[in-house]
Amino acid sequence: MVPTQYYLILSAILFGLGAVAFVFKRNIITIFMSIELMLNAVNLAFVAFSQASGKVDGQVFVLFVIVVAAAEAAVGLGIIILIQRNRQSLNIEKVNLLKL
Amino acid sequence: MSTPILDILWIIPLLPLLGAATNGFFGKNWPNKIVNTVALSATGLSFLAALEAVREFFEQGQKLVHKEFFDWIVAGSFRAGFDLQMDQLTAVMVLVVTGVGFLIHIYSAGYMAHEGGYYRFFSYLNLFMFFMLILVLAANYVLLFVGWEGVGLASYLLIGFYFLKKSASGAGKKAFIVNRIGDFGFMLGMFLLFKTFGTLDFAQLFAKAEPWSHESWGVFGTFTVACLLLFTGACGKSAQLPLYVWLPDAMEGPTPVSALIHAATMVTAGVYVVARSHILFTHSETALVVVAIVGCATAFFAATIGLVQTDIKKVLAYSTVSQLGYMFLGCGVGAFGAGIFHLMTHAFFKALLFLAAGSVIHAMGGEQDMRHMGGLSKKIKVTYWTMLIATLAIAGFPPLAGFFSKDSILLAAFNREPGWHPLYVVGLLTALLTAFYMFRLIFLTFHGKQRYDEHHVHVHESPWSMLGPLVILAVLSIIGGWLAAPSFWGGEDHFTAFLAPVFGATHEAEGMTEAAAHSLEIILAIVAVAAALIGLLVAFWLYLKQPGKPSEIAKSLRPIYTTLYNKYYVDEAYGALIVKPLLALSTNVLWKVIDVEAIDGTVNGIAHGATATGDITRRTQSGNTRSYAVWVVIGALAVLIIVFWPAIKALAGGAQ
Repeated sequence: MVPTQYYLILSAILFGLGAVAFVFKRNIITIFMSIELMLNAVNLAFVAFSQASGKVDGQVFVLFVIVVAAAEAAVGLGIIILIQRNRQSLNIEKVNLLKL
Repeated sequence: MSTPILDILWIIPLLPLLGAATNGFFGKNWPNKIVNTVALSATGLSFLAALEAVREFFEQGQKLVHKEFFDWIVAGSFRAGFDLQMDQLTAVMVLVVTGVGFLIHIYSAGYMAHEGGYYRFFSYLNLFMFFMLILVLAANYVLLFVGWEGVGLASYLLIGFYFLKKSASGAGKKAFIVNRIGDFGFMLGMFLLFKTFGTLDFAQLFAKAEPWSHESWGVFGTFTVACLLLFTGACGKSAQLPLYVWLPDAMEGPTPVSALIHAATMVTAGVYVVARSHILFTHSETALVVVAIVGCATAFFAATIGLVQTDIKKVLAYSTVSQLGYMFLGCGVGAFGAGIFHLMTHAFFKALLFLAAGSVIHAMGGEQDMRHMGGLSKKIKVTYWTMLIATLAIAGFPPLAGFFSKDSILLAAFNREPGWHPLYVVGLLTALLTAFYMFRLIFLTFHGKQRYDEHHVHVHESPWSMLGPLVILAVLSIIGGWLAAPSFWGGEDHFTAFLAPVFGATHEAEGMTEAAAHSLEIILAIVAVAAALIGLLVAFWLYLKQPGKPSEIAKSLRPIYTTLYNKYYVDEAYGALIVKPLLALSTNVLWKVIDVEAIDGTVNGIAHGATATGDITRRTQSGNTRSYAVWVVIGALAVLIIVFWPAIKALAGGAQ
């Protein structure tokens, strides 16, 4: 039996990688992927806790997260396609029309 | 006994108010005829109502009528109601105000016919009548003060009637501001009276004040202070030293306004207040002395300025100031009846003088400088004769009105203790000066060589709507004094006797038999007439016989002449001593420091602070998506740290 801490450490590493990529990457798709990475890091933590505590709450929550992530992916990809169409670029630096 | 009008005394002031409102709100596009019908019927009806009210007052036995119509201000023990009263003094004032006012309205209908703003003029004039009637009918100081301020407003509006003229609007402001100084004193006086007696209702206040002990000369008790404060207000309104400066400037207004407001009625409000408060004044020797001295000094001072003025209306303005001084002299020597009597006769002949002067100005096509007139007596006969009657009346020739009223004031001044005799002498001297400057006016205007260009000025007599009031006022100027005339033949002074219930018995010279008193009166009258005659003859000699002489005298007495011509430089002195420092203070401290720096500074500072804060915080909204991402991460970390702070602390503690 793998101890719960190992899962949690892995989850933290994945989440940290996702967060760093989220901040430093320029390509929108990469950023999108790093968000997915963070979500799945959290999912891993949920599942680990669920297994450790012997309750199903965490697993139910993971299902919810997956559903929401799917919906988010649909909307997010739609936005990304529109940005690509309008600017012929996926560089996040170029998406700055809100700037004064 | 039914007394329909006395029961609704408010109808007398209300009618002019309705007239003012009607013309003011709707009159703009009405033809002149409708406008003056409204205004004239309002004042005319008010005059009739006043007549009927006075008749009823007589019928019910001349007892004080006091009507409370509604509460106006009630606060604790303080009550100021819309209360009107009618007694002998009010009766005289109401009849003078509505009667002379109505005549001047008739005159104005003709005089203002070719002026713009006809409806505005009559609206203001009716408004003035409303406030003046409130003033004289009021039964307490608070309501009186409403009228007092209201007539000031109407006066301001009418002085500045030709508001496009800088000098006219300036004169209006001057009148208002100078009056404000007096009003300040008046209000303080009211506060002091209320604090002392707990009421401002005339009847209650005077009843409470009556038993108090009299304050002798030099004692500054409640009465003295209150009376002097009230008198400050009276000085402002009635143009006495040192607050008279606004009245000569007020001549910028149309001439009927000068006649009604600045000669016959409003400026006498101060005299009325002093007479109305006579119970307070007689309690304070000091206040009476101050009133008498200020009145006497003003009478003389203004008369000397009047000697050399060349503007026909300015001469009359200074003459008004001087005559108001006489009224105060009368009040100051305790002869309130004589003061009010002079107020009434003065209303007749001074209104007449102004209206006649207006007729002259009308005939000359707007010329007011007497140096450009002369020889008008043949061309405008009615104006000439009526003005001559008024001049004889003001100079004090028997049997005209001014003779009796001025005589009774001088007699009262003479009859006080010998210490008061200088006042009599100055008063007599003023009578001489009065006769001189008035006949100078007559001779310069109507006699001598014609000094205008006939091709430019088409001299024409005024229409009868203007001459009618002149004739009526001339008749009043002749017979107005006869009410007091019988005393001259040892009989009863009807006017003083009529006012006796208000003022109490008159001060009779003590220790003198009736015969001695009577012969003294005749001697004084002869002296007064002689003084007037000297004034007339000097004027006759200087301005008709030796027309070159006046300028020669002016040249040889250059310093005196220029001082008088420049009105003792009082305006300049006030300008340098009061107005300029005040302006400097206002500009350099109030404006540039307090307003700009402190008030605007605070407001602008807050705005600048908001902008600066915005400038800084705005940078967080960079529009750069990645910076938002960083903020999200930082925020998430912050939340984590806050939530797990106890655990982190425990961990750190455990590590140690």
